[in-house]
Amino acid sequence: MNDFDVFQNVRAKVNAAESAEPSSEELRARFVQDSGAREWNEILASENVAGLEKFLRRDFPRQATLYDSTIHRRAFLKLLGAGLALAGLAACAPPQGEKILPYVEQPERILPGLPLYYTTAMTLGGFATGLLVRSDMGRPTKIEGNPNHPASLGATDIFGQAAILTLYDPDRSQTVLQNGNASTWDAFRAALTNALNAARTSGGAGLYILTPAVSSPTFAAQMDSVYAQFPDAQWHQYEPFNQDNARTGSQLAFREIVQTRYDLARADVILSLDSDFLNAGGGRLRYARDFAARRNVAAGQSDMSRLYAISSTPTLTSTQADNHIALRASLVAGFARAVAAALGVSGVTAPEFENIPANFIPALARDLQAHRGTSLVVVGDEQPPYVHALAHALNDTLGNVGTTVTYSDSVHVNPTDEFASLRALVDDMNAGRVGTLLILGGNPVFDAPVDFDFADALKRVPFSAHLALYADETSRACAWHLPQAHFLETWSDARAFDGTATIMQPLIAPLYNGVSTHEMLSLLTDAAPRASDAIVKAFWQTQAGSDFETRWREALSTGVVPNTTFAARPVSLNTAWIANAPAELPIESYEVIFRPDPTLYDGQFANNAWLQELPKPLSKITWDNIVAVSPATAQRLGFSTTISATGGEHGQVETTEVQVTYKGRTLRAPIWILPGHPNDMVTLYAGYGRTHAGNVGTGAGYNAYALRTANAPWMGAGLSLDDTFQRVSVATTQFHDNMEGRDLVRHATLQEFLQNPNFAQRPEPDISLYPPQNRESPQWGMTINLNSCIGCNACVLACQAENNISTVGKSEVLRAREMHWLRIDRYVEGEGENAQVLHEPVLCMHCEYAPCEVVCPVAATTHSPDGLNEMTYNRCVGTRYCSNNCPYKVRRFNFFQYADWETESLKSMRNPDVTVRSRGVMEKCTYCVQRIRRAKINAEIENRPVRDGEIVTACQAVCPTQAIVFGNVSDPQSRVSQLKADSLNYALLAELNTRPRTTYLAMVRNPNPEI
Amino acid sequence: MSEQIRNPSHSPVVAPGYTFRTVTEKISSIVLKGTPRGWYVGFAICFLLAMMLLVAVTYLFIAGVGIWGINVPVAWAFAITNFVWWIGIGHAGTLISAILLLLRQTWRTSINRFAEAMTLFAVACAALFPILHLGRPYFAYWLIPYPSAMGVWPNFRSPLVWDFFAVTTYGLVSLMFWYVGLIPDLGTLRDRAHNTWAKMAYGLLAMGWRGSAYHWQRYHKSYFLLAALATPLVVSVHTIVSFDFAVAILPGWHSTIFPPYFVAGAIFSGFAMVLTITIPLRAFYHLEDFVTVRHLNAMAKVMLVSGLVVAYGYMTEIFLSWYSGNTFEEFLTQNRVFGPYAALFWVLLLCNVVIPQALWLRRVRTNALLLFIISVLINVGMWVERLVIVVGSLSRDYLPSAWGMFAPTAWDWATFIGTLGLFFALMFLFIRLLPMISMAEMRELVQETQPHATAEAAAKPE
Repeated sequence: MNDFDVFQNVRAKVNAAESAEPSSEELRARFVQDSGAREWNEILASENVAGLEKFLRRDFPRQATLYDSTIHRRAFLKLLGAGLALAGLAACAPPQGEKILPYVEQPERILPGLPLYYTTAMTLGGFATGLLVRSDMGRPTKIEGNPNHPASLGATDIFGQAAILTLYDPDRSQTVLQNGNASTWDAFRAALTNALNAARTSGGAGLYILTPAVSSPTFAAQMDSVYAQFPDAQWHQYEPFNQDNARTGSQLAFREIVQTRYDLARADVILSLDSDFLNAGGGRLRYARDFAARRNVAAGQSDMSRLYAISSTPTLTSTQADNHIALRASLVAGFARAVAAALGVSGVTAPEFENIPANFIPALARDLQAHRGTSLVVVGDEQPPYVHALAHALNDTLGNVGTTVTYSDSVHVNPTDEFASLRALVDDMNAGRVGTLLILGGNPVFDAPVDFDFADALKRVPFSAHLALYADETSRACAWHLPQAHFLETWSDARAFDGTATIMQPLIAPLYNGVSTHEMLSLLTDAAPRASDAIVKAFWQTQAGSDFETRWREALSTGVVPNTTFAARPVSLNTAWIANAPAELPIESYEVIFRPDPTLYDGQFANNAWLQELPKPLSKITWDNIVAVSPATAQRLGFSTTISATGGEHGQVETTEVQVTYKGRTLRAPIWILPGHPNDMVTLYAGYGRTHAGNVGTGAGYNAYALRTANAPWMGAGLSLDDTFQRVSVATTQFHDNMEGRDLVRHATLQEFLQNPNFAQRPEPDISLYPPQNRESPQWGMTINLNSCIGCNACVLACQAENNISTVGKSEVLRAREMHWLRIDRYVEGEGENAQVLHEPVLCMHCEYAPCEVVCPVAATTHSPDGLNEMTYNRCVGTRYCSNNCPYKVRRFNFFQYADWETESLKSMRNPDVTVRSRGVMEKCTYCVQRIRRAKINAEIENRPVRDGEIVTACQAVCPTQAIVFGNVSDPQSRVSQLKADSLNYALLAELNTRPRTTYLAMVRNPNPEI
Repeated sequence: MSEQIRNPSHSPVVAPGYTFRTVTEKISSIVLKGTPRGWYVGFAICFLLAMMLLVAVTYLFIAGVGIWGINVPVAWAFAITNFVWWIGIGHAGTLISAILLLLRQTWRTSINRFAEAMTLFAVACAALFPILHLGRPYFAYWLIPYPSAMGVWPNFRSPLVWDFFAVTTYGLVSLMFWYVGLIPDLGTLRDRAHNTWAKMAYGLLAMGWRGSAYHWQRYHKSYFLLAALATPLVVSVHTIVSFDFAVAILPGWHSTIFPPYFVAGAIFSGFAMVLTITIPLRAFYHLEDFVTVRHLNAMAKVMLVSGLVVAYGYMTEIFLSWYSGNTFEEFLTQNRVFGPYAALFWVLLLCNVVIPQALWLRRVRTNALLLFIISVLINVGMWVERLVIVVGSLSRDYLPSAWGMFAPTAWDWATFIGTLGLFFALMFLFIRLLPMISMAEMRELVQETQPHATAEAAAKPE
């Protein structure tokens, strides 16, 4: 037979088999006859059973597919075994795209166990704060302020402290998303190229870029090249809490946009017109430092500055006031006019005020007049442009320009009216003129005015992309979402409030393949897209003359670019606007003011558990925002807050849920009574109510942006509050704000202090049954200057970041189990609108005769030879007796396993010098013992005693007002010893004879004696 | 009967007409004859509650003490309240068996056995809590001074370490005292049991008791010695427990009145618990002849007196908070009486001070039902008193900023009620397996009080 015959034969057999399919009965009959033991293969091969295979295929289709595959039983088992073995190997695979190699040569300066510090900066609202970031073996672990940076001077705020948690947040966006589905950078680049090619043909028309406020010089230069290639492209900017009013006010007063800068160190009399300059705006840390320095009577100064604060919502600034008036927001303009009239500014008419003491404004005017050149009028960003312009006129009249007030170029690139800018963009989007929209940061779908309906407008944009840290509300409404690099992951630059530029350098490679805004713009303009470092370096190369490398290195190591501070510039005041005062809002129902949340800001920090759990400075609420009203308003409406029957006072407080109606829109939110809030006025805090923030932030609180409209984004009238007859639980860390007549925050006026410098002193016990304490040097101690403390909470977060303190979540805060080692107690004196709020940071007192040490049955808390009250976690069995016996209640207990031992990214974040605690152990402030020990080791290496000021605790380092001083109390020359010798120095609950090592310097206020 | 009501103190401690044989017969039959249906029902309920404790404790060990309502500032709540309460209940047993024995109070004989059992089980329930309430209960042994390789010792300044010694000593002495007292009766049970297994079990426990004169002589000696040993414990244990509070500097805890006041409170609540158990038991097993009105009357008197000492303690606390002129103490009293936990204070005042005044009336002291109701209320009142001391004081101490309230969770209740279940389940087992009244001592009593009956019995051949 030749090959062809064989083929024919086989073909015939197959055809026969296919045509003749036996029935199951036939088959059964045949097998019954054929009862010999035969293999299946044999049966199938047998020509006798024609059609059997086909039959089997039809009745057992799943098995047939296996039969057909090339893998047979033995091969399958082999592969199975190999697969199992390889599965084990896969567990050892290195992270994708990385090579893990041991150091062949030790890199310079990297010593395992020793941290390195790098300068960088963080921006908020476009203003930079210089930072010094600790890096442990390549992992950024702790953020400090950069002492060289004018907006920091070594301090940071809560947002700077919490940034490290955002960096390692496991909820951060990790992939490119196209319409919600995972995609790749290559796919996006290809799509973008198509869109750009279309835009290029029309000269860039249809290409729109939306950014938050920007102060980066590199970004500005990049935008120039974007315009060069796409002349008709448009750049819009939007921040929900922006400087629009200040800019418009500056245009009114000077016919140009200038940056106003204050010098609080030279200000003797300050009038704050609804400004929170100590806690808001680009210069807040610097202003707080300068302000506190002028009020430091402990240092032997008897001249103090005086702060008059007019506030429409109690703020940290209003709680520092010497004379405070709570005033509805729309009345502040009238107040400013009255002051202007009293000071003789021409063209101003003074309205009448009923609720303000009659002599207040004349006395204030006299005080300002008496300090010409050293007085200062500051206005809040929420106030309308007229008030800003009037403040410029007042400062001009008082001769403050050039001394306490200076003007410079705007720090922001291309400053505009941002609400108008966003309105123009939305109009173009709705008109279909926007072909390509790149949103570089920000979250306009969440925080744009509700009447813009930004999400709806986005539907009319063919190509939209959102670069963001999280796949948030805006990302979900855009066609593309692109993961952004955190500021600690990429190169950039930014300007401080005074114009000083800082190069922001990365501390770590992007964790999730994020890119920076610079790299995004590079995609538009560069044929070969460049990386951030090249872009930033190239820009500064154009700025520097010769010797670029040296200057570059200097700028990186100091954290500031020399000679970039904006010079003061002359301005000429015009007064044409002065008669056009805005009308007071009528008292029809309630006046409303929108403010950023004290801890989440505009909502961008919503997924940061540290900031969520940080008690708001005045309400002490965590994990929620509230509708704030004054006690009288709440009483009139019949709203109340009560301690929950299921535990509370510290923890769970029940409050009325109200329905807030404003301009036809409603929302439901818990009401909260804030002493010091003006009557007939409601404060709404924006930043909560996120729908796509991440696992931490989604769903917490109400969304105030849902009521904010573009024509009145700051304040308005006509809001109504209705009872829903529902009670809601709010998690608060302190509800009782009355000192109950106890001597906890000792305070006096300046006059009282001058008459009796020892007002803070009380007879104290000086005998004890215990043997005298070891006094061998060094003995550590601390003072906290209550006169300097502004209650900004930065120390609370600095402590949390330094000491790996866990967050516990709202459900556990409701049960009074928050873990903060350092808390800021808030007490209220006086009532209603005129209540005075007192802040008092409380941490472990490190008592010499510590009540906790006596009662611990296993000696887990003991005294160290250098005077620390130490906590040995490994020895603790968790009786909690120490906490019961602590009169200051500063001990914190791990009721559950609070520390996250599972999430990989958070492991990298932790301070390697501090134990991560387990369930069932007590913990508390250690005076940052790891920093003490490191300083001691360094001193011993250099064979010298520890220098005064060498050890800086985390809370001390971060404090913008330098209220906290730490040092050796057995050295009479140390700063802390000298402060402790001051007549203002007192110990909390000294009558208990615990002999605390942490003492306080009493508060002195300087109210105008004429009022 | 009417005569008894007039003066129950003079009525006999055993009803007339009993002989050695009838006493033994009556008491041992409860153990050796069949189980009444009521026992099954009662035991089943208590056993289920004890199983609830098992669930609560298992979940506690899995999840941590966070399942309870405790927090900072109120870091101690139900667990410590229960601990103090249970330890207090135990005190009556020791008082009855040891001190009254030394004082030759014949009426103690018919109640001492189960009062001792009650002590033992109460201490067992109490001893659970110091371990359960730990954040890391698996390291509870660190409170024991053992020569650790790291050379670390417990902190001997801490009252919790003293507690450990006090409670362990108390538990061990109570167990020995109870067991030694049981030995002659175990011998009797061995001799009377028909079931082989029961014979072997009682035989082993009787440790070869043959009832010889030597045995009796040594038995009496050791029993009295143990009684003398146990006597100081009645005072010392609750004194040390009170140090947990008195040593602390917390207003409401830091008080020198605490040791005597706690001991009186312990006896008060302990006698209340004895009555709570005796009265139903006496009715159920028809033991009115052994636990007579005289017994009830005597116990009610002890309760009245110790209750008055407790009331004096309350008065002293309130007086001293004013007399000291200390703002924190003054505030504490004000807060206790009118603060958020004021309702608890008024409940304890009602249960512990007002209602027990009814015991001045002989008519009440001899009425079993009224006594039962009063004793249950006193038990509730004493538990609330400890709660007020522990939680009320912690919730509002020195810094108003740290004030916070406590609310129990379902697990708090499950643990507490579970120990009640465990306690009563153990009591049920005890009643069923061991003679709840000392047969040997009852026979002595019969001999002492009714010599003619004894003579009669001796004349009759067995």
